[in-house]
Amino acid sequence: MSAQRLVEQFESLEKQDHAARLAMWMFLGSETLLFGALFAVYAYYRGMYPDEFVQALHHNSVALGTTNTVVLITSSFTVALGVHFIRENKARLTAGLFVVSTLFGAVFLVVKGIEYAHHIHENALPSGMYTFIDKPPAGVVLGYTLYWFMTALHGLHVIAGMIMLAVVAVLCLKGRYGAHRNVAVENVGLYWHLVDVVWIFLWPLFYLTD
Amino acid sequence: MSQATIDADSKPDPLGVGADHPDYLRADSGLRSWLLTKDHKRIALMFYVGVILFLGLGGTFALVLRTELLTPEQTFIDASTYNQMFTLHGITMVWLFMIPAIPTVFGNFVLPIMLGAKDLAFPRINLASFYVYVLSAIILLGAMLAGGADTGWTFYVPYSTTSPTAVTWMGIGIFVNGISSIMTSVNFIVTTHTMRAKGLSWHRMPLFVWASYATSIIILFATPVLGMSLVLLALDHAFGLSLFNPRYGGDPVLFQHLFWFYSHPAVYIMILPSFGVISEVVCSFSHNQPASYRAIAYSSLGIAFIGFFTWGHHMFVAGLSEFDAGVFGALSMFVAIFSAIKVFTWVATLRGGSISFATPMLYFLWFLFLFVFGGMTGVAVATQSLDVHWHDTYFVVAHFHFIMVGGTLTSFLAAAHYWFPKMFGRLYDERVGLLTSVAVFIGFVFTFLPQFLLGNGGMPRRYFTYPERYQWLNVLSTGGAWLLGAGLLLALGNLLIALKWGKRAGPNPWGSRSFEWITASPPSKHNFEETPEIERSAYDYTLSEEVARERAKAR
Repeated sequence: MSAQRLVEQFESLEKQDHAARLAMWMFLGSETLLFGALFAVYAYYRGMYPDEFVQALHHNSVALGTTNTVVLITSSFTVALGVHFIRENKARLTAGLFVVSTLFGAVFLVVKGIEYAHHIHENALPSGMYTFIDKPPAGVVLGYTLYWFMTALHGLHVIAGMIMLAVVAVLCLKGRYGAHRNVAVENVGLYWHLVDVVWIFLWPLFYLTD
Repeated sequence: MSQATIDADSKPDPLGVGADHPDYLRADSGLRSWLLTKDHKRIALMFYVGVILFLGLGGTFALVLRTELLTPEQTFIDASTYNQMFTLHGITMVWLFMIPAIPTVFGNFVLPIMLGAKDLAFPRINLASFYVYVLSAIILLGAMLAGGADTGWTFYVPYSTTSPTAVTWMGIGIFVNGISSIMTSVNFIVTTHTMRAKGLSWHRMPLFVWASYATSIIILFATPVLGMSLVLLALDHAFGLSLFNPRYGGDPVLFQHLFWFYSHPAVYIMILPSFGVISEVVCSFSHNQPASYRAIAYSSLGIAFIGFFTWGHHMFVAGLSEFDAGVFGALSMFVAIFSAIKVFTWVATLRGGSISFATPMLYFLWFLFLFVFGGMTGVAVATQSLDVHWHDTYFVVAHFHFIMVGGTLTSFLAAAHYWFPKMFGRLYDERVGLLTSVAVFIGFVFTFLPQFLLGNGGMPRRYFTYPERYQWLNVLSTGGAWLLGAGLLLALGNLLIALKWGKRAGPNPWGSRSFEWITASPPSKHNFEETPEIERSAYDYTLSEEVARERAKAR
């Protein structure tokens, strides 16, 4: 079976797997810069409007944000366990752990949705949603906008990660992966960890520093 | 002239590696076999068609512009069409021609063969990259038809967020285009790391691979930042996200920072692959090893690195402090040191070589002139005091056309002629090639040299009308542009004719030692049946042809 898996342009499976892993790391590097641009914008405006940012961040509930952090870190743990077990050829266990991680992702999104609903209720909205009269002070709106945009972009990454985790879980159940064939499992794991790491930066910036 | 450099047929293995298999053009047939191909060579050809079409479109926009500027007042289009023309010219040329041109066409075609590989590491991602490029082109063309853009290719806020044109879709199109670039560059980096043939160490690789590698690194880390800023811009234009809008406390200058953080390295994305092509051409046509392999290879990486810290030189008059501007100016001049290392190494490579003046070599000379001239004026505009005078004048337009367009276009044409026999198995007409090359060069110089004078005389860029005293220079420039356009068309015609009627080329018509020339022309579908064994560098011109072939053994 492993001979079939080797595509023609590679000499050995090790090289092929190494290539796939390297590509994932490169892609993650690129993703980091995607968020990096936004972190730069955040740093710039926070330096410009320190008090207004604090005022904007007051709307965020530390309890909900921290809950989400715990949820994501736990999901990263279950993903790491899944990657560990596929190396021991326990594909069903890996599938189970990935399903659990996907559900954690869903919990994260639900909590995020509750927070968003709350913000809409409190009229803490990104710019473009205000009429001229009810507009809060300038820096505050920037804080809201960055909060909405950065967490929403992160949310999209969570959804993408959940889809990948679910697909890999199904393929695990179908017996596609095992001790000697798991680079896709590993790569999805890496992607999920990136999603987690990004949140670990968003969490202090939007919840802990008011 | 070309005869002198053609391999004699008496050599062993006269047809090249893989000649007993059908070549990649004939291995499969039918439209499906092209559109769904995973062969890097066929994907390269599809990209080739794409970038040439967009070179034509961008060139047409340019000719409309230049023709309008023949007279001081309105000539044949109105002012807002004129604004559209220079914007669309920039967008088309930068994102649909110059950035993808050399990597996706020649990089895709020769990089795997140079490494002794059967394909890139991820052929499906390569094909996907092509379709994402097509999608971005469709979005951009759609946006052009649905209102275009009149902001200039730099999309500076606040105007771009309020412009009534299709800025939103332009932003999205360029974002999608970036995804295509990132896919290709991940592929190149991984391929270079994992698929080198046995014995092909980093310092034996052709220099084109080094250049493509450095380019890919820049694409990987700079493109997402541009993508993000254009998404923010698109959302602002469509929904009023206003992150750069002073009404909500935003700072328009921040957009410039983000934009140039990508777009300055983007200049190196356009020029580094050219350095790779030029290094190959110089060595192959002077039949000599590079004067210093490492100097060329490492200076590419040096430029890639320093290029990330020079963006501020676009913003000297945007409110940077004198200190910051000084630092950015000095860092920008640093790039000139690396470039000078390259230029001197190329020139020194000629020394003691046995030079044959085929068309690619002539393009190398044009490249050298345009690049050095453009580079020197680059050092000049990196000087704050001078830049204040030249900022936003035709001087800057002339400068970046000399270095970016002059560099990329001449090396694109050099590559198109140099690798033509490898790609299609035929020889183009050398005399016509040389003549068109001269036409392109004269056209180019006449287009842009007067613009230096115009800029220095105070004519601002992007203006629809101008005082009468600038007219004679504008007429010269317009005449040059038409000659340049004609030269390009003739060069294209020459290659198209050679496709069908050119003489058959042997595997190695230029007597090069680089590894792509050990395969048949055109190569077979899999390039090599098994990974070759390499026991020499790509520039071992001290060895005889037979020994060189023996030390790069392939089947």
